[in-house]
Amino acid sequence: MSGKQVTSWLILAILTAAFIIFIANSHWVEASLRFLFPQEEAVVLPRASLLEFFWQHVQLVAVSSGITIMIGIPLGIWVTRTSGRDFLPLVTDLTSFGQTFPPVAVLALVVPVLGFGFQPTVAALVLYGLLPVVRNTITGLKAVPWHYLDAARGMGMSRLEALFAIEIPLAAPVIMAGIRISVIVNIGTATIGAIIGAGGLGSPIIAGLIQDNLAFIIEGAVPAAILAILVDQFLANIERLFAYPAQA
Amino acid sequence: MIHLQHLVKDYGRTRAVDDLSLEVTAGEVCVLIGPSGCGKTTTLRMINRLIEPSSGHILIDDQDISQIKPERLRLSIGYAIQSVGLFPHMTVATNIAVVPKLLNWEKEATSQRVEELLRLVGLDPGEFGHKYPGQLSGGQAQRVGVARALAADPPILLMDEPFGAVDPLTRERLQYQFARIQQELKKTVILVTHDLNEAIRLADRIAIMSAGKLVQYDTPETILSRPANKFVHDFVGTDRALKRLSRIGVEGFVKPANPVAITDSISKIAAVIGRQPSAWVVNGDGRLLGWIDRKSLAQASSASQVLVAQTADEVAISRGATLHEALSLMLGQGVKSVPVVDEQERLIGEVSLSDVEAATVETEA
Ligand SMILES: Nc1ncnc2c1ncn2[C@@H]1O[C@H](COP(=O)(O)OP(=O)(O)O)[C@@H](O)[C@H]1O
Ligand SMILES: [Mg+2]
Repeated sequence: MSGKQVTSWLILAILTAAFIIFIANSHWVEASLRFLFPQEEAVVLPRASLLEFFWQHVQLVAVSSGITIMIGIPLGIWVTRTSGRDFLPLVTDLTSFGQTFPPVAVLALVVPVLGFGFQPTVAALVLYGLLPVVRNTITGLKAVPWHYLDAARGMGMSRLEALFAIEIPLAAPVIMAGIRISVIVNIGTATIGAIIGAGGLGSPIIAGLIQDNLAFIIEGAVPAAILAILVDQFLANIERLFAYPAQA
Repeated sequence: MIHLQHLVKDYGRTRAVDDLSLEVTAGEVCVLIGPSGCGKTTTLRMINRLIEPSSGHILIDDQDISQIKPERLRLSIGYAIQSVGLFPHMTVATNIAVVPKLLNWEKEATSQRVEELLRLVGLDPGEFGHKYPGQLSGGQAQRVGVARALAADPPILLMDEPFGAVDPLTRERLQYQFARIQQELKKTVILVTHDLNEAIRLADRIAIMSAGKLVQYDTPETILSRPANKFVHDFVGTDRALKRLSRIGVEGFVKPANPVAITDSISKIAAVIGRQPSAWVVNGDGRLLGWIDRKSLAQASSASQVLVAQTADEVAISRGATLHEALSLMLGQGVKSVPVVDEQERLIGEVSLSDVEAATVETEA
């Protein structure tokens, strides 16, 4: 790791810590919102503390994005192998279909099957977030120039060895870009989980919309936006670990 | 040692390789050459089973390779393609270590081997081991490609235009270096090229192919002097005498160059030059620095004032070079003789145009 990379990890760690310390301190949160909205009766949603909402949100995103990645990358790999090539059109169609569906509609469809709460929200988020991961995995693997694979096979690597030593590392930047898009979109989309009782930062936002209380909306929206920025930086830092000097 | 028997490869209706039989002796360099699309690459790739023949057999040490697991077969065959085959996300050292790693070598043994190979191909391990392929010049990348193919000391090397993607001067250096390495290692090499000079320079035997068929398989001398048919005759071209110069080293033609030292006095230099138009200038260690024109001596008070500085890289040839290289340098620079230097760029003599001409006439006879 270069000195520059160490610095950007450090900055990220400090900003994250500062952010969490701030939202963990409900007095600070309330005082800040009170300063912005002196005339509102209540400025924070009393149902739970911001830290609790935040933690629920992180869980929603972590579980759903984790599942998305664990399904999406192997799926993308499989349909670019000889054994799965026949399923390539089917998988791309299905994942695109999953994303063209509005997330609220996905929720509406999932509720009758899985009921309310955490699980159906995760299911909807996974369906919704799969496309960028699958699509970028396929694109990244297909873009690996064939002569690298040829050299790898010619030197005696098995298909599996070539996949892990050559194809995946060379496709990593494109795959990572897909993961980034998926996770960031997911952080925003996860707010709708509040509609079916999954909690998260969507709770104050939706309560604020219903009760026409801008302070509540801000209480949920601003931390969600900051979370998205921090996670994006985190993933960008990981992406940089795979970087290598290209053609001089 | 490598025995191709009645090989055929069909791609749909195209017959890429047509009943090809060939025997490659252990420790020799066999060069496959022919026009583009004549089936060279296909033939080469059947030998490490990247392509399966439609019919026919390949024996290595009397064993039919169709009976050997492809991965195992390939681990014992070095494979070098144009520089683009280096993995861009791995350092030079990691690239070279790929096959040793597949063979589960000890870490220590692997890194020692990597250093040894980098030195063998003339790259400083400390400087280049940690570089990425994207940071290398074309010539450096191709050397690494050769080092990587040699990593696990395979008895057989397959090379598909390994010196293809570089400028002609770099290519000649790489060829010369490869010839030197091969002299030492005595691998069984099958090399594909479309460059006849490369074939003549490197081959023990040349296999000329046309439309999937083997047309002539002979030593370079025989191919040049007795082309089997009109195709080979035309392929070899009318400058056969010139091409034969690629087989003749300069070392037998080097004559003393009478250099002057940069520290010599003007009067001493004038005495050495005598009636010649110019003289080569060397430093205290004998390294070539450039040359001095006799006419410029009159106004000079010291040699360094009138030195026409030129590096050995620009004007000299190495003592391992061929008469062909000497001649092209002379023609390129419009001079009648070129200096010859050793590995440390020390001047050891010069080769003159008249000697090259004499050699051309001799080999023509
Ligand atoms: N995978 C392939 N599919 C169809 N035709 C091929 C394939 N590979 C090679 N060919 C054809 O086989 C012939 C020989 O190709 P190749 O061995 O690459 O020639 P060379 O290396 O001598 O230029 C050419 O006509 C080429 O078009
Ligand atoms: Mg070819």
